[in-house]
Amino acid sequence: MLDGASALQLIFSGDRALYAIVALSLYVSVAAVLLAALVALPLGALLALVRFPGRTFVIVVLNAFMGLPPVVMGLAIYLLLSRSGPLGFLGILFTPTAMIIAQALLVMPIIAALTRQTIEDLWAEYREELTALRVSPARRVATLIWDARFSLTTTLLAGFGRAAAEVGTVMIVGGNIEGFTRTMTTAIALETSKGDLPLAMGLGAILITLIIAVNALAWGARRVGEIRAG
Amino acid sequence: MHGPICDLPVTFERASLLAGKVEIVREISLEFGSGATTVLLGPNGSGKSTLLRLAMGLAQPTSGRISWGGRAEPGPRLAMMFQRPVMLRRTAASNVAYALLRRDDARVAELLKEAGLSELANRPARRLSGGEQQRLALARALARDPEILFLDEPTASLDPAATKAVEDIVQDVAASGVKIVMATHDIGQARRLAGDIVFMARGRIVERADARTFFDAPATKEAAAFLRGDLVI
Repeated sequence: MLDGASALQLIFSGDRALYAIVALSLYVSVAAVLLAALVALPLGALLALVRFPGRTFVIVVLNAFMGLPPVVMGLAIYLLLSRSGPLGFLGILFTPTAMIIAQALLVMPIIAALTRQTIEDLWAEYREELTALRVSPARRVATLIWDARFSLTTTLLAGFGRAAAEVGTVMIVGGNIEGFTRTMTTAIALETSKGDLPLAMGLGAILITLIIAVNALAWGARRVGEIRAG
Repeated sequence: MHGPICDLPVTFERASLLAGKVEIVREISLEFGSGATTVLLGPNGSGKSTLLRLAMGLAQPTSGRISWGGRAEPGPRLAMMFQRPVMLRRTAASNVAYALLRRDDARVAELLKEAGLSELANRPARRLSGGEQQRLALARALARDPEILFLDEPTASLDPAATKAVEDIVQDVAASGVKIVMATHDIGQARRLAGDIVFMARGRIVERADARTFFDAPATKEAAAFLRGDLVI
């Protein structure tokens, strides 16, 4: 009970360190989702529309990667970015950039797989109409992504939820360095292990509130959009 | 207004389409040239919609051949309106603009006016009534500036007022020189709109005649039975 009160006090005290952690977490998760979306949305749409040998295999792998263990992804990125790794020359291990890349790779299969399913369902509905209108393949992809935008918002939220709640990958590639790469999830893990429960609880409350707020905002935007666009 | 005709005539030469071992349409030999509205008449499942899809190039015959203006590939000035057209998730005006080859707001306004939808230009297309959606689909098809327009049961689920609104537009379009080929199982609609009739049953063309001859003196027992209102299966 006392821990809970202390957590609330910490949240409302305007603690700079606390809010720096919150800001970094948001920055990393949002940037990762945007980066992943740039690749995953067109990739999912292409997988939905284009038939090629091995397509089923790619879809199965993509679906399987939705459940990829974050620590395994973290380890793979760590090996790539470590000083002796093939991308070690970039010197970005234990930086927010590495965290963004790792999280983007983690959420990319989720966004791509859900996008493929959404677009494939929509394509079944639109196929004859767009073919009759002689719409080019590139424009088909753009049209389907645009017309599925409300469903894809939910897909992006699923990606954001995964990124924001993730701890294993960012811990490994970010290093949980105070004031530099410490996020809400890594801080919660650390403070809990140290026994500083008020800070861990305060961060947990903020994390949950942020996720609810982002989802509520997106849901509201989706409803307004649906009313306007039909 | 129209460029040189390039897709007419649409010619079927013994074209058949099989789905598995089932013949959907069989040995169709037919030509759609310019002129009065052609109505494909026949009961449900007679192959009318499939014939339109073949003519539009949306399906390939499994045997025989189809040509458009003598070419093996359909050109850009074919348009089709489906029985249940898909409305894109945007406004009525944007649905029409989507089908234009280049942005032209005046043309969009003109097409919406022809379809009697000017007042609904900024309404989400999916929120329009069934009849309004059919008229919008017609306006969108016309945005392709077609020389031949295929209509697949365009009023199948509409009430009489909405049906009349669609038929009025179809007649205006036909009068402007666009070749209309329309599938319907509605005898009354065929009487109102047809210049000539292609009567189909069981995937075959049973009879082809100008509308007056067909309705006054059908040459086949199947057509006569259909016109009497008997069940032609």
